[in-house]
Amino acid sequence: MKGLLNPDNRYGDDKSSAACSLFGMLDTTGRRFSSEAVIRAITNMHDRSNGLGGGFAAYGIYPQYPEHYALHVMYMSQAAKANVETYLRAEFDIEHAEPIPTSPANGIVNPPDVWRYFALPKQLDGLSGDDTVVQRVMHVNTSIADAFIFSSGRNMGVFKGVGFPEAIARYFRLEEYQGYLWTVHGRFPTNTPGWWGGAHPFNVLDWTVVHNGELSSYGINRRHLEMFGYFCTLQTDTEVAAYAVDLLVRRHGHSIETLAKILAAPLWSEIDRMPPRERALHQTLRQVYGSLLLNGPFTIIIAHTGQMIGLTDRIRLRPLVAGVRGDVLYLSSEESAIHLVCPDVERTWTPMGGEPVVGTVGVAPGPPKSAATTQAAGRKSARGRG
Amino acid sequence: MIVTSHNGHTKSYLKPRFRVDIVDERCIRCGCCVEQCSFDSMYFDTQYQRIGSTDENCVACHRCVVFCPTQAITIHQMSIEYKHNDHWRPDVIEDITRQSETGGVLITGMGSDKPWTCYWDKLCLNASQVTNPSIDPLREPMELRTFLGRKPDRLEIDPRTMEMKTTMGPQVRIETPIMFSAMSYGAVSLNVHEALARAASLAGTLYNTGEGGLHPKLFKYGPHTIVQVASGRFGVHPAYLDVGRIVEIKIGQGAKPGIGGHLPGEKVSATVATTRMIPQGTDALSPAPQHDIYSIEDLSQLIHALKEATNYTKPISVKIAAVHNSAAIASGIARAGADMIAIDGIRGSTGAAPKSIRDNVGIPIEMALASVDARLRAEGIRNQVSLVVAGGFRTSADVVKAIALGADAVYIGTAALISIGCTVCQACYTGRCAWGITTTDDKLTKRQNPEIAAERMANLLHSWSHEIKEMLGAMGINSIESLRGNRLHLRGVGLTRAEADILGVRLAGE
Repeated sequence: MKGLLNPDNRYGDDKSSAACSLFGMLDTTGRRFSSEAVIRAITNMHDRSNGLGGGFAAYGIYPQYPEHYALHVMYMSQAAKANVETYLRAEFDIEHAEPIPTSPANGIVNPPDVWRYFALPKQLDGLSGDDTVVQRVMHVNTSIADAFIFSSGRNMGVFKGVGFPEAIARYFRLEEYQGYLWTVHGRFPTNTPGWWGGAHPFNVLDWTVVHNGELSSYGINRRHLEMFGYFCTLQTDTEVAAYAVDLLVRRHGHSIETLAKILAAPLWSEIDRMPPRERALHQTLRQVYGSLLLNGPFTIIIAHTGQMIGLTDRIRLRPLVAGVRGDVLYLSSEESAIHLVCPDVERTWTPMGGEPVVGTVGVAPGPPKSAATTQAAGRKSARGRG
Repeated sequence: MIVTSHNGHTKSYLKPRFRVDIVDERCIRCGCCVEQCSFDSMYFDTQYQRIGSTDENCVACHRCVVFCPTQAITIHQMSIEYKHNDHWRPDVIEDITRQSETGGVLITGMGSDKPWTCYWDKLCLNASQVTNPSIDPLREPMELRTFLGRKPDRLEIDPRTMEMKTTMGPQVRIETPIMFSAMSYGAVSLNVHEALARAASLAGTLYNTGEGGLHPKLFKYGPHTIVQVASGRFGVHPAYLDVGRIVEIKIGQGAKPGIGGHLPGEKVSATVATTRMIPQGTDALSPAPQHDIYSIEDLSQLIHALKEATNYTKPISVKIAAVHNSAAIASGIARAGADMIAIDGIRGSTGAAPKSIRDNVGIPIEMALASVDARLRAEGIRNQVSLVVAGGFRTSADVVKAIALGADAVYIGTAALISIGCTVCQACYTGRCAWGITTTDDKLTKRQNPEIAAERMANLLHSWSHEIKEMLGAMGINSIESLRGNRLHLRGVGLTRAEADILGVRLAGE
């Protein structure tokens, strides 16, 4: 089983692709809730994963350290732990360090040693705190063998590994956490064996991405991101989506709507029909950011502090259903999972390809105007081709 | 190659390369072949009342074969009777013989016919199976639209008004990533120039004037025209720069890197002379270097002079031949302010070039493209320029592979000429092209009807574009920008590890 832990992709593939189950749940009032519902929802979609990867992103779980970056680190060897800790002590003021609590769980075999550090960067090198953390994470992930920082945001954390998602939840004792936003992933990797670092969600700072699909544009997405200092080390195509979001939203200052128009750009035939100002904007977005278009089938749920976004590829080759009850927004691969955990869901709908579903803390969730007519159909069934 | 007894009194030692066979019982003595042959090979033998051929004059252009109404003519390569020798091959012996008879530089036409490794033939494309659905371009959108011009790293948008705050440089839209290479009026006939312009307009792409100016009759195709500024400055004037969509500075050409051009006075007709702004009948000599560009800072000055002259409304392209240090040169060109870089590989074609240069100088475009794209990315400046490559593109698959290696678009020249009859007989430099392509002879140029020729060229682009869409769809990609530089969709077969590393591709099975 050692191979499942080996960060060196023994088959030499640059990426692994996956079919998957996704679920996301956001309370837009910011009220924290337990992981119980999201675990039940993802368990309901058990057959969409194959036990080679599961993971959770939870926001609002570390209120005792609101300002500190919570670094979750996997160690595959004791030497790696010593090397990383030496580096972290040199670069960060560490407020608290501890092993992430775990319990034995069925199907979780030979796990890595997993620690978390609540820390603030010491030297900013003229960069912002966020940029410094990104740089430090890239350093550890590219230069220190047998170690991965797989979560690096504030007041949030990623928990993931090889196993069905419900087993991963038990393993990480997620029933002990309370968060206002959870996203979950069950993985069915196809062209590499699952390994701990390759499970979803993918993270940088407080950005997380869970993904169902395969990015046929991965090769160029990756090469474009390298020009901006992002290096893909986790051998899974979803990684590029996480870095693209960080580049476009945090560094380039784009809105979530603009982000969606870059990752799942409108077709030229649609752009050509837009009013002149809008057309100029969308044409320019494609000219400048064409290399970040995510091509191929995908549904992603992107999350960061206070916000959850669902997005499918522009020709909608993978499923996504959204649901609302009161202040809570649900996103799921299958509608059944929403009904299971929320029998009295008020509305469900199937978002259009390339049209983001955005839930924001402080804003009542609801379907976009264009989805109004699809509500009834969305209730019956959510069909996807994934 | 026309073979004549060069000094009039010496017997040539060169043997005819082709034999024209006429089946007498099929021949109806119509004389069509005699009329069509512009190389003085076919004649009517009045003594025996039959068609005869002067085989040593035949270049195997196949004009007579195609136009014979009774299919009476076949052309055969003469069998090689030299004693077999892998080193002193027949072509080597014949070149030496020819040089001994003339004392001149061997001149030839078209691209190199030497067996350079063609890396396109050693690269396999990917396709989707199961995990990723392939896309059917007949049922789903499939986008080839491409924009040429400088792109910023980042687009700044006012989040409240959604107003763009970044000013973009001029962008030129093409609907298929294939353009027509530089072929000058003079090297090709005006009818061919017009056909290229019309075909580019029909297909939503661009053609390139080459270094021969632009006949005023073709100004109306300006939005589909790349105007070239080369070392001879032929035909460069304000209206010429104004009318083009892109201005290209030509430094070098794949068929003849490091040397200039020579249009013999015989091809400089009255209209060629007017268009080039030189006296009729004089040789049009393009110097080897541009005499105002002796270093990269001089190039930068010319780039900016042309931007000023065109009021910053047109991308400025710089075309170079693929040579050993193309990557470093390309980086310099990008930093010198160019918006596009065109690179032409060793298999690139020409109307006329010294054979020794054509067949030996430069490097394959595949290697140059891979190293230039990788270098510009390593320096973080790839998006500052559009990369256009040229040099022997034969099929839509070659184009797809070039885009996956990192090109924005390709130039095709020879393929476009083949679409209107060219058989790559390599006699362009003679000015006697029987297909009316590389000639300014009034009678021969009439053989190309611009409307029909344009339709044939546009058909070729249409056909390749469809095939590109099929290949993209198979890969699970529905827009060309997701293929550009996406080398994961390429796998090498029969490449050494070092070659694969330079191309930045994995080997098949990896």
